[in-house]
Amino acid sequence: MGVTISQDNNISRALINGDVDHHTAYELRETIDNYIKLYTPEVLKLDFSEVQFMDSSGIGLIMGRFKLIKSLGGDLKVINVPKNLDRMIRLSGLSQLGIFESEDKASCKN
Amino acid sequence: MQELINEMNLNFLSKSSNESFARSAISAFVLQLDPTIDELADIKTAVSEAVTNCIVHGYKTNLGKIYISSKIYSNGKITIQIKDKGCGIENIEQAMEPLFTTGGSERSGLGFAVMQSFMDNIKVTSKINKGTTVTLQKFIIRRNLKNDKK
Ligand SMILES: Nc1ncnc2c1ncn2[C@@H]1O[C@H](COP(=O)(O)OP(=O)(O)O)[C@@H](O)[C@H]1O
Ligand SMILES: [Mg+2]
Repeated sequence: MGVTISQDNNISRALINGDVDHHTAYELRETIDNYIKLYTPEVLKLDFSEVQFMDSSGIGLIMGRFKLIKSLGGDLKVINVPKNLDRMIRLSGLSQLGIFESEDKASCKN
Repeated sequence: MQELINEMNLNFLSKSSNESFARSAISAFVLQLDPTIDELADIKTAVSEAVTNCIVHGYKTNLGKIYISSKIYSNGKITIQIKDKGCGIENIEQAMEPLFTTGGSERSGLGFAVMQSFMDNIKVTSKINKGTTVTLQKFIIRRNLKNDKK
């Protein structure tokens, strides 16, 4: 459980692991926001490939990071959202922000 | 015909670490109805929303007890009641509107919308300074029913 952040050129990737709820979102937010403020990445990709469960706290997590990074002139992408989270995403209307990408393959496991 | 098959009651402290506990507990209870993975995920998500609301909103400034009571019926109906004795909701209709939140920038205001969309029925009752009760209902398709009859 947690998040692993890696950087490749100007693209940072935060691989989120485990359930995303109100409890876990707190620590995820702290870690990701500290990183954003420290490195102001041009692009940050939130990788959801290792997320098995997410409730609406995850929507708040994405929205909050989107606003923060935008305010610093960067861009947020959300990648590899598992199929079972589709309904939550659709309900949130977040798709309108054009932040979802699916082509990435998780490659930072070793 | 709906006949009560089983019932469970649970109470725990409004600590955020209990959000995952509540999801696990309701999953384990509902499993005896042999739900699909999607049905189970729907129920876990809805319960997570309701329990989180007790913690974040109901007991915003203090710790208190959260009560979950669940019943399953022979026709595949499951009811889950999630109750707190917290601050209560002033205007339930407004609270249930998608995107409405009093929780600040990290809350999406989508909890009730998720409960509504992932379950077949939701009922909310609340009294200021007395608490809030959310009752969720879902019908699990009983795939083994045909076999039962034979
Ligand atoms: N158990 C509760 N006790 C008090 N207020 C609640 C409770 N549940 C929900 N509310 C109120 O309803 C609003 C909407 O809830 P919800 O749709 O889950 O969105 P969110 O939790 O993101 O604010 C909350 O912001 C809060 O004002
Ligand atoms: Mg909520």
